[in-house]
Amino acid sequence: MERLIRGRVWKFGHNVDTDVMAPWNTISEPWETRRKTGLHIRPECVERVQPGDLVVAGRNWGCSSSREHAPENLKLLGIGAVVAESFGRIYFRNSIAIAFPNLACPGIHEGCEEGDELEIDVRTGQIQNLTRKMSFQAQPFTPEILSILEKGGLLNVLRERLGVAAPDSTGSP
Amino acid sequence: MTMAEKVLARTSGRDSVAPGEYVTCRVDRVMCHEAFTLCGLQLASLGVQELFDPDRVIVILDHYFPTPTEQMARGHVIARDLVERFKIRHFLGHAGICHQVLTEQGHIKPGDLVLGTDSHSTTYGAVGAAGAGIGLTEMTYVLATGELWLQVPPTLRFELEGNPGPGLMSKDVVLHLAGEFGTEVAQYRAIEYAGPVAERMSIASRMTMANMGVELGAKFALFEADAVTERYLEGRCPDAPPRFGPDADARYEAVHRIAITGLEPQVACPHNPGNVKPISKLGEVRVNQAFLGSCTNARLEDLEVAAEILRGRQVHPRTRLLVTPASHRVYLEATRAGYTETLLEAGAHITASGCGACPGGHSGLVGPGEVCISSTNRNFRGRMGSPEAEVYLGSPATVAAAAVAGRLVDPREFWKGTTLS
Ligand code: SF4
Repeated sequence: MERLIRGRVWKFGHNVDTDVMAPWNTISEPWETRRKTGLHIRPECVERVQPGDLVVAGRNWGCSSSREHAPENLKLLGIGAVVAESFGRIYFRNSIAIAFPNLACPGIHEGCEEGDELEIDVRTGQIQNLTRKMSFQAQPFTPEILSILEKGGLLNVLRERLGVAAPDSTGSP
Repeated sequence: MTMAEKVLARTSGRDSVAPGEYVTCRVDRVMCHEAFTLCGLQLASLGVQELFDPDRVIVILDHYFPTPTEQMARGHVIARDLVERFKIRHFLGHAGICHQVLTEQGHIKPGDLVLGTDSHSTTYGAVGAAGAGIGLTEMTYVLATGELWLQVPPTLRFELEGNPGPGLMSKDVVLHLAGEFGTEVAQYRAIEYAGPVAERMSIASRMTMANMGVELGAKFALFEADAVTERYLEGRCPDAPPRFGPDADARYEAVHRIAITGLEPQVACPHNPGNVKPISKLGEVRVNQAFLGSCTNARLEDLEVAAEILRGRQVHPRTRLLVTPASHRVYLEATRAGYTETLLEAGAHITASGCGACPGGHSGLVGPGEVCISSTNRNFRGRMGSPEAEVYLGSPATVAAAAVAGRLVDPREFWKGTTLS
């Protein structure tokens, strides 16, 4: 995981649920199919997203189900990180488990527009809106969570515990 | 300590814990549905030969049953192979929806820490257990190690007081909470439901509220294990402790007193469980599908209420009523009690028990422009099929009444009872 993440913002509202990020009837499909059907509230975002782009959202991003496909779909789309006012708790845990940085940052929704460029320091939680010259402080990750992220996810933590070599350093699923 | 704190202290081997602390807990029970296929394959690829304790693991295949596609059937075949390979004794096959079956078969004890591959694992709070949903990767970790890190949540207490009027079910109470407090009130928190109304509730009614605790954002949603719990678990769960509750000096982040007196039946409007209105404020809403199913509200008590409403009446010609009992056992008991016959006579369609239409899997998806009233827990856009469909959430009484009227109506037009006293 990179310490500094820099990218262009796609902005979403409040209470965006996991059913929208990963509809149930798609989650057993191969990635090519999921890619087209995920995030159906903003189909144009799926078309035009560039690797390294960021998501900024309001409160309760990822509320609802335990399906890990929700953060996984975003990660596979190439989203570098999500910054939201708050998260659905299972979504949030799942994002840590797959080493996909999601930061809770009060004030970010107001202080950021679509297309802005942000720079995120994953270790400290400092966020700069480079377009608007504003800075924000996200809730920093605890050392426990940071260590899971830095190892490339919980599966790598498990590999380490079992003494099995990791296939690669990214921990991507 | 609160109930959540007591569970997390015991399972992390500490005398006490406080909100905000990170602890590594040993789980008491692990529940996997179809997600087990992927977790098991992952474990196999890591060379894991044995689970941490196969006897604490319960596998049940409910989301895609009866299997709607060949691909799902393949998933079930692999799941069965993995169940054998990892020597899991508690494979419950297709006995019904996971949360209903684990509870009714006595797999969950008061005070247990239960992690499941399903967000509605909060349902186990109905019998005083701390249940929470986790994803695939975390479950893979838990199956291998029996442990997981958890943050100790602050606890919110909802004291439910007053006298419920006619037409009311626990679903109305929990929808009322979602409407009043919003779906984030318990974000990163535990809930304790308490007070005289909670004490009088059956386990079935408690399951509905614990189930929808996750719609309030909660990590755990607990009822104290009391005499009602003891009676329910008798003969189901021989080694259950008779009581489990918070300490007298437990500290809560907030205590909310909720007066139930005068509460009308409640409905969550599209597309959020928190978009709640009393039934009288809805206006004319015509209904294409009435769905009585899911781990929220398809238990015997719910089917009984629906049968009372539909007895001697007919489902409206513009509406289809689908009934999916929460478990095979519920189906059998409802049949013995005569409810299924009453429902069939009224024109209901009854499906095999499982998740069915609830997550938009199979057996009752809704099309564009259709309106559905559902006894389930979530009405997010697209959840039950087309993103252009509109799903309303209500109690089993509200669903049955809508099936008769062909539109959303106050269930008190047909039913003067309540399951709350
Ligand atoms: S019935 Fe619905 S909410 Fe319950 S476990 Fe199945 S899909 Fe989830």
